[in-house]
Amino acid sequence: MSGVEGFMYPNEVELQWSLLIVLYPYITGLVAGAFILASLERVFKVEAVKPTYRLALLTALAFLLVAPLPLQLHLGHPERSFEMYLTPHRSSAMAMFGFVYLWYLTVVLLLEIWLEYRPDIVRFAQTRTGVTRWIYKALTLGSENLSPSSLRIDDRVGYVVTVIGIPSAFLLHGYVGFIFGSVKANPWWSTPLMPVVFLFSAMTSGIAAVLVLYVISMKLRKTPIDMRCLDTVAKYLFYTFVIDFSLEMLDLVQRTYEADESFRSLDFMVHTRLWLSQVVIQIFLGTLGPLAVLAVTQLRTFSETLRRRLYITASLLTLVGIFAMRWNVVIGGQLFSKSFLGYTTYKVQFAAREGLLPAIALMILPFVLFYALVKLLPPWQEHKATEA
Amino acid sequence: MEMTRRDLLSQCSKLLVLTATAARALEQAGNAPAPGDTYHMADHWWGMIIDIDKCIGCGNCVRACSQENQVPAGYFRTWVERYQVTEDRDHPLVESPDGAINGFPPTTRPGVKSFFVPKLCNHCADSPCTQVCPVGATFISPDGVVLIDPEYCLGCRYCIQACPYGCRYYHPEKDIADKCTLCYHRITKGLTTACCEACPTGARQLVDLKNPKDPVHAFLRDHKVQVLKPQMATGAKIFYNDLDGSVR
Repeated sequence: MSGVEGFMYPNEVELQWSLLIVLYPYITGLVAGAFILASLERVFKVEAVKPTYRLALLTALAFLLVAPLPLQLHLGHPERSFEMYLTPHRSSAMAMFGFVYLWYLTVVLLLEIWLEYRPDIVRFAQTRTGVTRWIYKALTLGSENLSPSSLRIDDRVGYVVTVIGIPSAFLLHGYVGFIFGSVKANPWWSTPLMPVVFLFSAMTSGIAAVLVLYVISMKLRKTPIDMRCLDTVAKYLFYTFVIDFSLEMLDLVQRTYEADESFRSLDFMVHTRLWLSQVVIQIFLGTLGPLAVLAVTQLRTFSETLRRRLYITASLLTLVGIFAMRWNVVIGGQLFSKSFLGYTTYKVQFAAREGLLPAIALMILPFVLFYALVKLLPPWQEHKATEA
Repeated sequence: MEMTRRDLLSQCSKLLVLTATAARALEQAGNAPAPGDTYHMADHWWGMIIDIDKCIGCGNCVRACSQENQVPAGYFRTWVERYQVTEDRDHPLVESPDGAINGFPPTTRPGVKSFFVPKLCNHCADSPCTQVCPVGATFISPDGVVLIDPEYCLGCRYCIQACPYGCRYYHPEKDIADKCTLCYHRITKGLTTACCEACPTGARQLVDLKNPKDPVHAFLRDHKVQVLKPQMATGAKIFYNDLDGSVR
């Protein structure tokens, strides 16, 4: 059979989870990471990252709105997906997706954004004209009270929401890792480390995404970049990436040392079919590369322009590396036979339902939403700084 | 005509008796026992015994299953593997051309230990596939058969990933997960499965583990039987007699 090497169970030749399922953990990872960056300022009082606070929240929202789409597109019967809410199967990890998603979207993200933006929304509702005025009027939810005491309440509630949001963000992405990590039939996935690795890789990719979006936004607005902020974000990117890489290496060392019945098969796969995507792109280009760049920036002093470039390079490589990691988990986990006697191949189609074209569209969509959100709820706070 | 109170009560009583009799008759007619109604799920616990030494790799079972259940081409509810094992037990040569729907070509390695292993859904008592289904569309019936509700399955394919034995596939026309039902439409009518019926050597035997008279109990006592991948702890109910350790 073409593309098959050795022996696969006959029903295994065809891959079940495609490129779209690679996008799902990638996108939710960006959401969780961006939110955790936002919480650094709010909960842990890391004032330096304040310029990215609102940007991070809007990034998280834009990606979260897109997160269920690849799943919907992948389902054989998307019209039945609502059954997950009506009759969830309690023993299923996947059944919880809808609830975790709704909790995160409504209780955490939308509430925090609304509380953070409420003064702006009220101001826009009073100053804008035409249709936009009515949009902002609706967004006030009938509360136009901006008295110091009400703003204090907003702030306190916002703090509580963020505190709840941190474990929720951990839950959102740790849970995605659990979906894979709990499949005992698949040794490539089945490890208790999977949720933790997913979590830290999520934080890494989310922080990198916000860093890139911040620099691009500032460039487009021709506004000076706050280097103290950028240095701090890059520092946190470096820290989380070190933890993420250590966890992944721990997993690798454990597997190699244990060398259970699946090891030879998986090892062969890594050295052949996953060599490019895992060893070259994920480990060298997408992990060791950015780690080296970030480590150098921590150890030596460079000019602002060079630092900016180095940070952007490291962040873009990180985003590529984490995408490769998702690919290697999802696709890699289906390339070998559960008999450990053979391997299959995955060829991405182009204009098919689960092909490259819809995947590209799904990756562009969050940026379109992000642009719309930035227009609706401008995250720039220079005027506040000036007023202060 | 004037109606007295006595007349009215008399007429009403007659009407009541007539209505009650008619209703009872209708109820009886509606509840006429169907032919298969003598089947009680709680009285059965289905499984299968596969005797490796008896399988000749003819593929009759695969063809019978495919026809009986309209299995789409290229997918398999059951298939047969041929193992050719040398002293290097870690690297057996395994093949299953088209699931062995047309049997096997003659072996090219004479003198090597060779045997056939029929495979199908293991109808696990602790099945990982039913555990992961987000809506419970796949479930274990009270008589121990793992089934899929085609009207409810989302087509998310999580169950296919969770099956350690590769028994499930994605039905290309129905857009749902599909697998062996142990010919549920047959066994609930007192018949055996299509694969067991078609097997010329009796290598496959449908067994009812709850039936004390089923020969399975004696078979399990007297033979060295094994399930596939016992380390998965799935409670598999397809028992293999004389299964070689190289089989996965």
